[in-house]
Amino acid sequence: MTTAVIAFRRAPGLRHLLTLLLVFALGMGVQASGLVTDIMDYWGDIVFLSQQHMVLVLVSGGLAIVTGVSLGILLSRPAMRRWAEAVMQVLNIGTTIPTLAVLALSMTLLGLGFTPAVFGLWLATLLPITRNTYQGLLAVPPALKEAATGMGMGSGRMLLKVELPNALFVIFAGIRTALAVNVGTVPLAFLIGGGGLGELIFTGIDLAEPGMMLAGAIPTALLAILVDFLVGQGQMWLIPRGVNPLR
Amino acid sequence: METVGFIADNLDLIAALTVEHVSIVGVAVGLAILTGVPIGIAITQNRKVADAVLYTAGVLITIPSIALFGVLIPILSTIGHGIGYLPAVIAVLLYSQLPIIRNTYTAINNVDPALREAARGMGMRPLERLRRVEIPLAVPVIMAGVRTAVVINIGVTAIAAYIGAGGLGTLISRGISQTDPRQLVAGALAVSLLAIVADYALLWAQKRLTPSGVRA
Amino acid sequence: MITLDKLTKVFETANGPVTAADHVSMEVPEGEICILLGPSGCGKTTALKMINRLIPKTSGKIFINGRDTDEQNVTELRRGIGYVIQQIGLFPNMTIVDNICVVPDMLGWDRAKSRKRAMELLEMVNLDPAVFANRFPKELSGGQQQRVGVVRALAADPPVMLMDEPFGAIDPINREVIQDEFLKLQKEFRKTIMFVSHDIDEAVKMGDKVAIFRAGKLEQFDSPDNVLAHPANPFIADFVGSDRTLKRLRLVTVGQAMFDAPAVTEDDTLDRAAGVMRDLDHDFVVVTDRHGRPDGYVRQAVAEAKHGTIAEHHARLPVTVEAGQDLRTAVSQMFTHDVTWLAVTDSQGRYQGVVTQQGITHLLGKTYGAAATAGTAAAAE
Repeated sequence: MTTAVIAFRRAPGLRHLLTLLLVFALGMGVQASGLVTDIMDYWGDIVFLSQQHMVLVLVSGGLAIVTGVSLGILLSRPAMRRWAEAVMQVLNIGTTIPTLAVLALSMTLLGLGFTPAVFGLWLATLLPITRNTYQGLLAVPPALKEAATGMGMGSGRMLLKVELPNALFVIFAGIRTALAVNVGTVPLAFLIGGGGLGELIFTGIDLAEPGMMLAGAIPTALLAILVDFLVGQGQMWLIPRGVNPLR
Repeated sequence: METVGFIADNLDLIAALTVEHVSIVGVAVGLAILTGVPIGIAITQNRKVADAVLYTAGVLITIPSIALFGVLIPILSTIGHGIGYLPAVIAVLLYSQLPIIRNTYTAINNVDPALREAARGMGMRPLERLRRVEIPLAVPVIMAGVRTAVVINIGVTAIAAYIGAGGLGTLISRGISQTDPRQLVAGALAVSLLAIVADYALLWAQKRLTPSGVRA
Repeated sequence: MITLDKLTKVFETANGPVTAADHVSMEVPEGEICILLGPSGCGKTTALKMINRLIPKTSGKIFINGRDTDEQNVTELRRGIGYVIQQIGLFPNMTIVDNICVVPDMLGWDRAKSRKRAMELLEMVNLDPAVFANRFPKELSGGQQQRVGVVRALAADPPVMLMDEPFGAIDPINREVIQDEFLKLQKEFRKTIMFVSHDIDEAVKMGDKVAIFRAGKLEQFDSPDNVLAHPANPFIADFVGSDRTLKRLRLVTVGQAMFDAPAVTEDDTLDRAAGVMRDLDHDFVVVTDRHGRPDGYVRQAVAEAKHGTIAEHHARLPVTVEAGQDLRTAVSQMFTHDVTWLAVTDSQGRYQGVVTQQGITHLLGKTYGAAATAGTAAAAE
């Protein structure tokens, strides 16, 4: 018992999992009234749409990580210093724009379908990653850069060996926030023809069909919690011990 | 150009929807301050409870808003309010908990222990200390949490249009379903502008509420 | 050897040009430590950083071992110079051993060879490699980190080292320890070192030469003892402090101030002791035991008034000093025990001679006297 409690406190991962199970059990319990069978009627849809849902997350999130980190690196270079702050101001304003508005504007530009959905999600995800990459790189202590320069390190090697590793934790925090926004926005992608579990939720609401609604809502919530859990674990274990405050 | 015309012709409608939007966010975040700040203060007394509360609030905020609506509808239907104003306010209230509780908790916990000791040394009782030292110092940080909550929830409320809560999301949802770019763009612009204005206004308020002695 | 030739740096600022280094010329011979000393903003750090070109110079020349640094590739130049800074700058993402091997790795050294050397170096600064090699910087205390910082600069065995207030952020007690360790390393490696400090005590302790800067100008470049004994101008006299004579005590060993004084043994008679004192014109004589260690002393008054063997009438010595210790320690002991002289021993504890307050005063006074005479001579010319 005691060891279980200690393990529970020490491993946030375990806590996440327990919560997942709890939410799942709760959902099952509350809906035992017959909603469960209603929900299970949509099992085929749930599987198919979950896959679409994950593809949207992976494609838009993956692209956003690649472009966001690159953009953040670019903005942090001394040659860009003159523009960087102005660009960050724009990005900061950009992050306050509601994601529904981002998707709506993406639709007016690109129409309906997968591409505008990915574009809108990518844009909404990009900003926190760029911002954190930029700020993380700027926050690398000047003494480290001076030591590296003084030892005869070139700028490319310094970026790879000193700057990026020391900004990694902040960058990862940005990725975590960004993916939470991404996963939270993916259900809306259905509205502009992007597919995903949003289809069950929105259609369920329109048809006042609780089973359908929950068939979309519960997996959406579980997927969101799962993604956050995975990124949290990544943050914990992928970042080297020397620069990881969690370890 | 068409959009500009649409906006000019429908200023009344846009104003009315903005008021609806603001009232949902305002009421819910107001309630969230009333619940979140006391919770944030209370949990400074016990580390384990604090972890549990912050963790729960963290999981809650991870749940996508439309999924939360989807779960709330069947529950609230039992009291006849499945869609509309009530689920929107409840969702905003729930989403506001994490930023407000977390910031209150962190702010109170981060008050310099030396100040706390000085206050105790002067003979302040715990509640006096809270009122005269800890809360004044924590207010700017709490306001930062409120600001985060407001910005997030202007977005959430836009989505609440789909469950019949009204607000500026109505323009976006109609624009999408009627494939009417004018309404859609007008709605998207209005809601974005609202979020940006609210962000700056609250930033200003946050600075004003910072005691001048601790202003940077 | 590091040679600076009319080295000049002019910074263009909003308020017009500021000269941070003004025709600085000096030469640090191979294997010596030169301390660049001065108040903040005097240009000492600028001078240092121009050597590894972290700050580009405006004019003048820098030679390292006779080679003009302008003709070297900047990366190559820096990799051949050890660099230690006050903030240490260990890379938090690398283990201690990887931190130490950064330059050897960039130079393409054999990994096994550089790791082995890293382990040896760690051992030399009293950090057990088995414990520390694979730790991360954040797992070390400030003093341990700075030891690693010094070792890292030595890893690629550069002939020259630049150190920018390397021990400035360390608490006074640890600073002394690290300074001593560093001096021991230096004894073995004989690097040519430029060392920035704002602490006159550190300069006196560490430096073979001291260069004092004010407003970009090199005001005096001399041995620590000369800087203390003969400050070139009132600014330097003020900077080194009104207690500069006391500081000099650090630079002189007890051995240098000691003089021979025959001792007596316990078996001798008091008459003999009285005779020795008369010969020396002293009012005391040291008594040694069978192994030649100072065991006590006899006062003149006692020796003249009484008779018998010394064993019956000698007093105990409260304390002795070793010949290798500095005069500061000796004087401190004298004050502590309220005595005017101390018996001096070698490192094995054998009696060597005595050091007296009068003798110390005389020794320190000699250089002032010489300066005063020189001054008079100059005035007469």
